[in-house]
Amino acid sequence: MNTRPDMSVTIAGVTFKNPVMTASGTFGSGMEYGQFVDLSGLGAVVTKGVSSVPWAGNPTPRVAEVYGGMLNAIGLQNPGIDVFIERDLAFLKNYDTRVIVNVCGRTEEEYLEVVRRLQDQPVDMLEINVSCPNVKEGAIAFGQNPDALYRITKKIKAVAAQPVIMKLTPNVTDIAVTARAAQDGGADAISLINTITGMKIDIEKQAFVLANRTGGMSGPAIKPVAVRMVYQAAQAVSIPIIGMGGIASWEDAVEFMLAGASAVAAGAMNFHNPYLTRDLVTGMENYLIRHGIGAVRELTGAVHA
Amino acid sequence: MKKMTMLVTESKRLSGEIYSLTLCAGEGETLEKAGPGQFAGLFPRDGAHLLMRPISICRYDRGAQSLRFVYRAAGEGTRSFTDLKPGDRLDFLGPLGRGYDVEEMAGKRVLLLGGGIGIPPMLELAACLSRQEGTSVTAILGYRDQNLFLKEEFEAFARVLVATEDGSVGTKGNVLTAAAEGEISADVICACGPMPMLRAVKAYAEKTGARCFLSLEERMACGVGACLGCVTRTTKTDAHSHVDNARVCTEGPVFDARDVAL
Repeated sequence: MNTRPDMSVTIAGVTFKNPVMTASGTFGSGMEYGQFVDLSGLGAVVTKGVSSVPWAGNPTPRVAEVYGGMLNAIGLQNPGIDVFIERDLAFLKNYDTRVIVNVCGRTEEEYLEVVRRLQDQPVDMLEINVSCPNVKEGAIAFGQNPDALYRITKKIKAVAAQPVIMKLTPNVTDIAVTARAAQDGGADAISLINTITGMKIDIEKQAFVLANRTGGMSGPAIKPVAVRMVYQAAQAVSIPIIGMGGIASWEDAVEFMLAGASAVAAGAMNFHNPYLTRDLVTGMENYLIRHGIGAVRELTGAVHA
Repeated sequence: MKKMTMLVTESKRLSGEIYSLTLCAGEGETLEKAGPGQFAGLFPRDGAHLLMRPISICRYDRGAQSLRFVYRAAGEGTRSFTDLKPGDRLDFLGPLGRGYDVEEMAGKRVLLLGGGIGIPPMLELAACLSRQEGTSVTAILGYRDQNLFLKEEFEAFARVLVATEDGSVGTKGNVLTAAAEGEISADVICACGPMPMLRAVKAYAEKTGARCFLSLEERMACGVGACLGCVTRTTKTDAHSHVDNARVCTEGPVFDARDVAL
């Protein structure tokens, strides 16, 4: 009983010290939340999306609270790949954690440009954002069309030096179809879910709360949808899945693993509990000890049929 | 900055929708040093409203390890704070953001302009400035009507003028109407209030040649600079965003008026 459970997981040949990651866009590159948690204690830091050139993002208001969660329409503001390599990747080199870079673009060529620039960088995996609902071109357009998703996955795989995760949108009729398209295109893993498109109207002002009108919903209210989609995707594909969507506690993280995820990511609830990622690691470890389970990877897809 | 549980030591209504809330660090907890113009995140307790409410610091008492907030109960989150009683616990994140540089104002004629719920952060600033030798502080407080709040407390630290929109108390008009009427001249202007007021103050400072610092408000999610929700357009490229979008929660909420494009 004295041996601690094995918390490591391996995805596409990359071993993570534990299955706890950060959901892109909620954690910057770790500089801010590094003041609350030891980044070296995390399985991976998944960075905010980066594009080939700087993006200014959407006008404000960019965020709004909704019952049990929030809406955001940041619009993928980022300083571009040059600053990202010099500043963010240099910062992350100081930590003993895996680095997954989220890549965004408006066109195929923009995605490929970022992927090429990262070929010789200290990056463990790439996560391709084909699911952001808040930018007008690219992103979700690739993720909602199985043919487009298949094609872009194939093209990215042809130039990527690191294993590729395709991040899927829940804003589709059948997640199994897009999950298979990513797998058929050669993706090494998939991550889901990105946010669910939502809207909030201020009834006193009779106006949209977000400047972008629509935004992506995240937070605990979307968790049952996310768990269902991770389960459906896990039934449809054989590549590993990184599960996310409203994770607020270690119980939620275990639930995603049981549904079929090989790793999990904490997103919007970092804003509520800046220590969340750390709490997930310790909570899951204690759960394994209590259940006499030797390795966290045994949880993946272990829900009884 | 850290997230911790604070103890409510005072919670009361001041006027209309304006409430005062004082929180003190619980046993074994230490409150980090707070400065004027900084804010903190207060978390509703209902489990369904998950984001912190960013509220400016009205008073800081280092000895008592306490912070006072004066806020408007405007939405579901802030309304839920009005039920708090002494002894209740509240989750707190802070102190957050970059506040006013008090040292820089030493020996100067400083004009504080507070409009509506922009008044409370000016009180801690007035208190800090009043401790400096040779700094003269005038505060102009702009209210909607005769439902004033905090006015007496400002009088302990500053010369105080009042403006009301309906003219029921002091000058009829806004804080700048009162500044003109009182023929106030200043080396430095510090202002917090609604955006139309801040735009007017920025233009006024440019005209008079005064240094000007503005405290901005924006919808926030994380409060610590990670989510990029609360940005404001800047006039020059900042070191963080590289796209002229400074974070109100981190680079601000207090900005040199010349640096922001309102």
